[in-house]
Amino acid sequence: MKNVTLKINNTEVTVPEGTRVLDAARQAGYDVPTLCYYKDLNNDGNCRICVVELKGARSLAASCSTTVAEGMEVTTNSPKVIDSRKKTLELMLSNHNRQCLSCVRSGSCELQALSREYGCDEVKYEGSKTPVILEGRNDYLVRDNSKCILCRRCVAACTKTQSVGVIGANYRGFHTAIGSAFDRSLGDVDCVACGQCINVCPTGALRERDDTGRVVGALQDKTKTVIVGTAPSVRVGLGEEFGYPIGTSVEGKMVAALKRLGFAYVFDINMTADLTIMEEGAEFLHRLKDSTAKFPMLTSCSPGWIRYVEFNYPDLIGHLSTCKSPQQMFGAVMKTYYAEKLKVDPKDIYVVSCMPCTAKKTEILREAQNASGYPDVDVVLTSRELARLIKNYGINFEKLPDEQFDSPIGLGSTAGLLFGATGGVMEAALRTVYEVVTGQEPPSLDFKEIRGTKGIKTAVLDLNGTKVKVGVVHSLSNAKTIMDDIRAGKSDYHFIEVMTCPGGCVNGGGQPIVSSAKINAGIDPKKLRAAAIYKTDKSSKLRKSHENPVIKKLYAEYFDHPNSHKAHEILHTSYKRREKL
Amino acid sequence: MNQTIGTPEQDREMQAALDELKNVPGPVMQAMQRAQSIYGYLPIEVQSRIASAFGIPLEEVYGIATFYTQFVLKPKGKYTVGVCLGTACYVKGAGDILERFKEALKLNPGETAKDMRFTLDATRCIGCCGLAPVITVNDEVYGSLKKEDVETILKKYYD
Repeated sequence: MKNVTLKINNTEVTVPEGTRVLDAARQAGYDVPTLCYYKDLNNDGNCRICVVELKGARSLAASCSTTVAEGMEVTTNSPKVIDSRKKTLELMLSNHNRQCLSCVRSGSCELQALSREYGCDEVKYEGSKTPVILEGRNDYLVRDNSKCILCRRCVAACTKTQSVGVIGANYRGFHTAIGSAFDRSLGDVDCVACGQCINVCPTGALRERDDTGRVVGALQDKTKTVIVGTAPSVRVGLGEEFGYPIGTSVEGKMVAALKRLGFAYVFDINMTADLTIMEEGAEFLHRLKDSTAKFPMLTSCSPGWIRYVEFNYPDLIGHLSTCKSPQQMFGAVMKTYYAEKLKVDPKDIYVVSCMPCTAKKTEILREAQNASGYPDVDVVLTSRELARLIKNYGINFEKLPDEQFDSPIGLGSTAGLLFGATGGVMEAALRTVYEVVTGQEPPSLDFKEIRGTKGIKTAVLDLNGTKVKVGVVHSLSNAKTIMDDIRAGKSDYHFIEVMTCPGGCVNGGGQPIVSSAKINAGIDPKKLRAAAIYKTDKSSKLRKSHENPVIKKLYAEYFDHPNSHKAHEILHTSYKRREKL
Repeated sequence: MNQTIGTPEQDREMQAALDELKNVPGPVMQAMQRAQSIYGYLPIEVQSRIASAFGIPLEEVYGIATFYTQFVLKPKGKYTVGVCLGTACYVKGAGDILERFKEALKLNPGETAKDMRFTLDATRCIGCCGLAPVITVNDEVYGSLKKEDVETILKKYYD
């Protein structure tokens, strides 16, 4: 590709043709602020914060949507530019619900940070205001348009990343508002609850529904045995809320914090991820032997994905594995097997799960997710809510010792841990399935071709002469591609892992929010958090689900064998067509 | 998604329009305009049908429908009176004319009479400022109006 030389604030810089002025400026050593721009996602140029002066141009240009040209002379910090940005910010503030004192995003709000940086007068312009109309008729998120700056990053996440498209800009001019068709609530449209819109929101207009109060209430209730389980990804995200660099595993401190919050038992959902592998692996091998079985088989761990299929591909429900997700297996095991062990009535067991995910808040309400007669899981906290709870309790996270999950069933393999990253479920499954079929360990436990952030990944495995083609996709726009192929009869895969969120659960809609400034500078939380998972796995002694002693014990004492009648009753579920609006 | 919404003729006409637009670039607005002229308004069923015909989210259609004033979500009367409130018309007394229509029709702008005969709209500049103040009744244009003309004009539409 051709290179282009231009001047940024009189500094000469050479960049490839097609580079955004914004990125060229960064290369020259100048940061340009942004609000609506979000790398690889949104490029509308609608907020006018990233404006710069171009020599010879009549008006200021949005550096996010202007590409470099030979000989261009750009000024990113002239008084004219600074003044324009400041005015734009002040106009945004004139119609912003400035409840910054208590806003959940105070401190991580991009509008707040820029307003402070530019010394804005927050009451310079007063006038009409968008009323506070809380969108909260759903089980997972709250939208407050009085804090919305109409950057449309959420719309891009919903439409482009996820191919869901249940939100968009409605009405016109001052009345423009992000909402759904016919102004319906998200709970009444085909929203999959993935929460990616929250992760890209620059302000407090979008947030998870807060369930910390319910957990505190349960912890105070002396009649309840309150058990908590943590998903693989929480440990590699949670630390960011306490100032650790992105990609730091804080497993030991997380466990220590949960114990100090007062949970009776702190367990690792990696263990039921292992259980999922046993059940899903057996289901797959069973399908391979069944000439009438539907291929490819599709994984079922990601509840946003399940909703997506039920809304958009109800004709392909038969392809989904019937396995409950690790979260739901965890709750089910707690309220059946473990309730018997503890000699506690399952109605008095309260299961909390800590998840990187907002869709998990809807999963616990699904039908056929109550093996004991009571809901498998009672409440879901996202990583962000868990961090808030720890701060509320005054626990000094950094000073906590590293502690271990409770025995006897706290132990999970690092195959289970891999569930957090895209490709991880498949890799864990292959480690087990290969060994079950061939009786030998696979040549390498690292299935590198299905790791990484490529949208659709493929591997072919030789199982005693049977060639098995597996696929891995993440983000629903990629899932849509493979589903359209399956519907058209063009798919030759046997088994596909699908994760709703780009990068898998490590980048789930409940994870700590990474500012667009970092994203735009090229920092990729998907890769960094996944790297922490793979690093732990590499040095682990227990890297295969079927070798987990807890799993062996569960089958020996309770489930007998994978896909047994009892396993089906407790660990499997069903799906149903959902009508789109 | 192909539930019937209007008369069988309307639904057939709509289907023909959708088929015709299938391979046309940028078909959504055109389909919405056709739908509006067939059904008179764009209820959820019509918008859903357009969305599924072109494989786009319903929200996208709704976003367009609420952005442009040419699209309406509720049925309109047989005759739509549009009173131009553009700058030129306004200084020439369009405000008084709108008031007179409001009294005569007992409607506020945006409302439709129960008998479905009239809808009253206040519009932006319609581009014939030389005739200010100007109103339209469907495709008919009346210019250089005085407020006394209001009743005379309306009388024509009671047949």
